Amino acid sequence: MSVIHLTYEVSGDDFTRAGEASGLVKSKLKKLGYNKDAIRRVAIAMYEAEINMVIHADGGVVDVDIYPDKVEVVLADKGPGIPDVEKAMQEGFSTAPDNVRNLGFGAGMGLPNIKKYTDEMKIDTVLGVGTTMYITVLVKQ
Amino acid sequence: MTVKELAEKIGAEILTGKKSLDREVDGCYIGDLLSWVMGRAEMDNVWLTVMGNLNSIAVATLADVSCILLTENAALDNNAKARADMQDIAVLRTEENSYKTALKISELLKEAD
Ligand SMILES: Nc1ncnc2c1ncn2[C@@H]1O[C@H](COP(=O)(O)OP(=O)(O)OP(=O)(O)O)[C@@H](O)[C@H]1O
Ligand SMILES: [Mg+2]
Repeated sequence: MSVIHLTYEVSGDDFTRAGEASGLVKSKLKKLGYNKDAIRRVAIAMYEAEINMVIHADGGVVDVDIYPDKVEVVLADKGPGIPDVEKAMQEGFSTAPDNVRNLGFGAGMGLPNIKKYTDEMKIDTVLGVGTTMYITVLVKQ
Repeated sequence: MTVKELAEKIGAEILTGKKSLDREVDGCYIGDLLSWVMGRAEMDNVWLTVMGNLNSIAVATLADVSCILLTENAALDNNAKARADMQDIAVLRTEENSYKTALKISELLKEAD
C-alpha cells in the first residue's frame, strides 16, 4: 500500500509552469524526511519526464506513489509516441524545436538522465496514441 | 565557504535568495544546457551559467545546487527573479566570464579546505 498518492495535470503549452509538479513532490518528500539523495533523484527524473511531456507531447498526467522504501512515478501523455525508443534513449538524440532549444532544452540528455537517476525505468509508447513512462526510485532509510 | 562569502570574495552582485546565503558551497559546475546540468552538476555546487530564465530556477531547485551564478552580466528574467525569491534560490551575478570566475572559485575552495 502506498503511503501517499499524488496526481498532477501537466499543461502542454506552459513552459513557465513545467516543474511545478516535481517541485511539489520534492517539498513533500522533504517534509516526510526522505534522504536528500533520493529526493534529488526523484525530483530530477520527474522534472525531465515532465518537461518531455510539455515539449514533445502537449502535456499529460503524472501519478506519484510514495512508499516508505521507494517512490513510483507514472507519466502518461496522449502525444505522438516515440518511434524508436532505443534511439531516443541515446545521449544527444533530440527532436526538440529551436524555440525550446533557446530556453536551454534539447541536449538530448533527458531520457539518459532519467535512466541514470532511477532504479527502474520503463517506456510504453504507441505511435499516434501516446507514451506512458514508469519510473521507480528506491529509498535507503 | 557560504554563498554569501563567495559573493563577497568574487565581488558578485546578489540578485535574489537572501534566505539561502548561508548555504555551503561545494564544487562548481559550468553549463547552459539544462539537461547536462541536471545530469552532471552535484548537490551544493555553484552553477555558472548565462541562462537566467524560469527553467534555470526550476533546475537549480531540483538539482539542489547551492546557487546560480550568472556570468558575463547575463540577464535574469523578471519572472525568474520572482520565482527565485519565492523558492529561496540565491542568484548571483558577475561581469567576468565563466572561465575566470571558475578559476577564482577554485582558489577560494582550496583556501577554505
Ligand atoms: N513524452 C514523449 N513523447 C514523444 N516523444 C518523446 C517524449 N519524450 C521524449 N521523446 C523523444 O525522445 C527524444 C529524446 O528525449 P530527451 O529527453 O532525452 O531529449 P530532449 O527532450 O530532446 O532534450 P533534453 O531533455 O536534453 O532537454 C526527444 O527529442 C523526443 O523526440
Ligand atoms: Mg527532455
